[in-house]
Amino acid sequence: MFDYDVIIIGGGVSGCACARELSRYKIKVCVLEKEEDVCSGTSKANSGIVHGGYDAKPGSLISKLNVRGNEMMEQLSKDLDFPFKRNGSLVLCLNERDMPNLKVLYDRGIANGVKDLQILNKEEVLFMEPNISHNVYGALYSPSVGIVCPFQLNIALAENAYVNGVSFKFHTEVFQIKKRDEGFELQTNTGGYTAKYVVNAAGVYADKFHNMVSENKIHITARKGEYCLLDKSAGNHVSKTIFALPGKYGKGVLVSPTVHGNLILGPTAIDIDEKEGTNTTKEGLDQVLSKANMIVKNLPINQVITSFAGLRAHEDGHEFIIGEPEDAKGFIDCAGIESPGLTSCPAIGEMVVSIIKENMGLEKKRDFIAKRKGILSPNTLSKEERIALIKENPAYGDIICRCEMVTEGEVIDAIRRPLGAKSLDGIKRRTRVGYGRCQAGFCSPRTMEILARERNISIFDITKSGKDSKLVVGTNKDTL
Amino acid sequence: MKEYDIVIIGGGPAGLAAAVSAKKNGIERVLLLERDKELGGILNQCIHNGFGLHTFKEELTGPEYAEKFIQQVYEENIEYKLNTMVMNISPKKVVTAMNHEEGLFEMQAKAVVLAMGCRERARGALNIPGYRPAGIFSAGTAQRLVNMEGYLPGREVVILGSGDIGLIMARRMTFEGAKVKVVAERMPYSGGLKRNIVQCLDDYGIPLKLSHTVVDIKGKKRLEGVVLAEVDEKGNPIPLTEEFYSCDTLLLSVGLIPENEISNAMGVEMNPVTMGPEVNEILETNIEGVFACGNVLHVHDLVDFVSQEAATAGKNAALYVKMGNARKSTGEKIPLNAKEGIRYTVPGSIHVDRMDENLMVRFRVDGIYKNCYISAYFNNERVIHKKRSILAPGEMEELKLTKEQLLHYPNLKTITVKVEEV
Repeated sequence: MFDYDVIIIGGGVSGCACARELSRYKIKVCVLEKEEDVCSGTSKANSGIVHGGYDAKPGSLISKLNVRGNEMMEQLSKDLDFPFKRNGSLVLCLNERDMPNLKVLYDRGIANGVKDLQILNKEEVLFMEPNISHNVYGALYSPSVGIVCPFQLNIALAENAYVNGVSFKFHTEVFQIKKRDEGFELQTNTGGYTAKYVVNAAGVYADKFHNMVSENKIHITARKGEYCLLDKSAGNHVSKTIFALPGKYGKGVLVSPTVHGNLILGPTAIDIDEKEGTNTTKEGLDQVLSKANMIVKNLPINQVITSFAGLRAHEDGHEFIIGEPEDAKGFIDCAGIESPGLTSCPAIGEMVVSIIKENMGLEKKRDFIAKRKGILSPNTLSKEERIALIKENPAYGDIICRCEMVTEGEVIDAIRRPLGAKSLDGIKRRTRVGYGRCQAGFCSPRTMEILARERNISIFDITKSGKDSKLVVGTNKDTL
Repeated sequence: MKEYDIVIIGGGPAGLAAAVSAKKNGIERVLLLERDKELGGILNQCIHNGFGLHTFKEELTGPEYAEKFIQQVYEENIEYKLNTMVMNISPKKVVTAMNHEEGLFEMQAKAVVLAMGCRERARGALNIPGYRPAGIFSAGTAQRLVNMEGYLPGREVVILGSGDIGLIMARRMTFEGAKVKVVAERMPYSGGLKRNIVQCLDDYGIPLKLSHTVVDIKGKKRLEGVVLAEVDEKGNPIPLTEEFYSCDTLLLSVGLIPENEISNAMGVEMNPVTMGPEVNEILETNIEGVFACGNVLHVHDLVDFVSQEAATAGKNAALYVKMGNARKSTGEKIPLNAKEGIRYTVPGSIHVDRMDENLMVRFRVDGIYKNCYISAYFNNERVIHKKRSILAPGEMEELKLTKEQLLHYPNLKTITVKVEEV
């Protein structure tokens, strides 16, 4: 017998979307994640855009899953209570010469089934977005494009999968996968596990795992994207997601409001050898700013509060690889999930489940819990509701993060809930504590104190993002 | 809704002095709101001495200095609330605040004194490239961890920025057993007080590298080292000057930003240079009855001047409450222009008819100036011309204007302050 019916490698959006879909059925599922939390790789560092689907080649899997994912996102955001907003996008064309390329994009969108696309002229664009570069010639307007909180989407999928019975093993890194007569055996740093099916949702490492079981090798390149995030005071600079016409390396640098009201600029696209190379570079950040300045004017770049880099899992053929290799039945790849992977994840989950369904009979659970309630944000309540909340639980009356106005009640919820936060980054991604303009300067000592108290651990074991990232190393004069 | 004559936002040195002064000027219903668990603000973590030389003629630690004012708050029976966050102030001065005992509550103020202080500039504002591991702290956060909680954030330290907190923390980390390898400063001069460079770096053999910055941060989980490079006059790193420093901690002391989110939301006009409110001779903002003082107005070097400024704001708030329209200026608003070499002045304008006998104008210069003059022109006539052997951006300067002097110029339209070379 197997330890699990399905083991999913990777707790990013693809893995967690698969886990959540599988949790509808009476099977044993486990997610193995090498980091201390879900949403720790590609899923945590991207633009947070729910793409329309006009970029991908018609007929490609990317195009299909993008459009399907976009359609599913709204309902999913309601079911799982994460922030999502259809703000629309504009793809700018900066000169007359390139207008045919804009038309190509429009036609592709129509072929892919993207709704309500329009080509706008200069006046229409500037009327819609006065801060767009006056060099604009025309633009493709796509009202179905949206913005989402990638962390909360990922975490919501994981939490919901967890309450529906999926196991999660953190700090668990898969070293080797062996095909058995039936199923697979996985060796990890926390021991060996067997499963009938393996879902390979390992992001930039998906090629490594695929190549362990199949002779049809694939190759994934880590394609670095650097970003700058601006303070909320700059969040209204544009209301739609602004792209330039795409080039060889993807959609180029965008300027977009985030779902939390900041302004995001980026990404660059540089192929790197190192699959953990999430460092920003001077060249990269300079490029982000100069390219963003080409499409949007008067960018308040002195309002940058942080910068970061993410790695897309770029497959050589620039196509999602979802399915079983010919020579490794039961091993289901979710590989090459680069942009629009975040958008597509609900559709990826659906597709992976349909593959498993074809192989084994899946029986639906009667008691599947389809809805999940996110962390209550008192900022969304009326004054009376807020007063009542504080009366019931005074922790909602104490502000921990003064920039994002997050209360102790929310921090405690983030720690105590299913798959709760274990580190400062875990709390940050769940509540936004430390995401504001002071970048955790004021709140981190308080957050550390709450985390130590709630988890009943020593302050010396509090980390930024799991093992080896401890925040304080000792007490005053301890070596003197 | 509960009513107060004066609500003071922030219980740090500025708020304390403003509250005491408002009360001493005859206002009964004064309320002091503090978001932290005790009064005193950032002074509580400044356990080094050197505070109060101007005010009390003795060297006090930060908490001792704060205590002198906190005692007066007690003696004057001034009402205060701790652990209380001000959420919003309406332009009509309805203050909305929150704490865990009273929940969300509102009060109507006749006058408001803004005294929220400042925050530290973070890594992101400098766009320092590299990884984002644990071990990067703003100097003030590290100061809190060490001085108030007793925890050591790291053992091998590099400090970027020579602001006063960075310098103070270089010495503190050394005291607590850490090795401070270097303090790097992007500018060709330090942003801190001269006395701090001598007492915190030189005395402990900690090198200060001027015109240097961090160009890369190494280490994925915990900081493993930083790369420093020399920068040219424009602040761009010079190739081949890179040098790796192994360290587990990087402290940032790269500037302070007045914390004006509440002021902005209520419509207070800002000075783009100070990033604090634009105020007149009574430290009143563009909103009548709303005053500002301390680091929320402009970043100070010495707490003594914060206290002085705040006492003035408290007194003016009191006069506003007592006199109402009788205190309105009937004269012209004379702008103070910061020109050649001067970055800004506080206040930014003067109504001569309403000013006190003496007015202290405070300002900073934009670079190092040696053997020069600070001059003030009334219209086009140079009236003040003061010789100075050295001026530096790290030291706040002041210039006294007297009412008597100004009354000699009935056609005064502008006052211009500038640095003039010999």
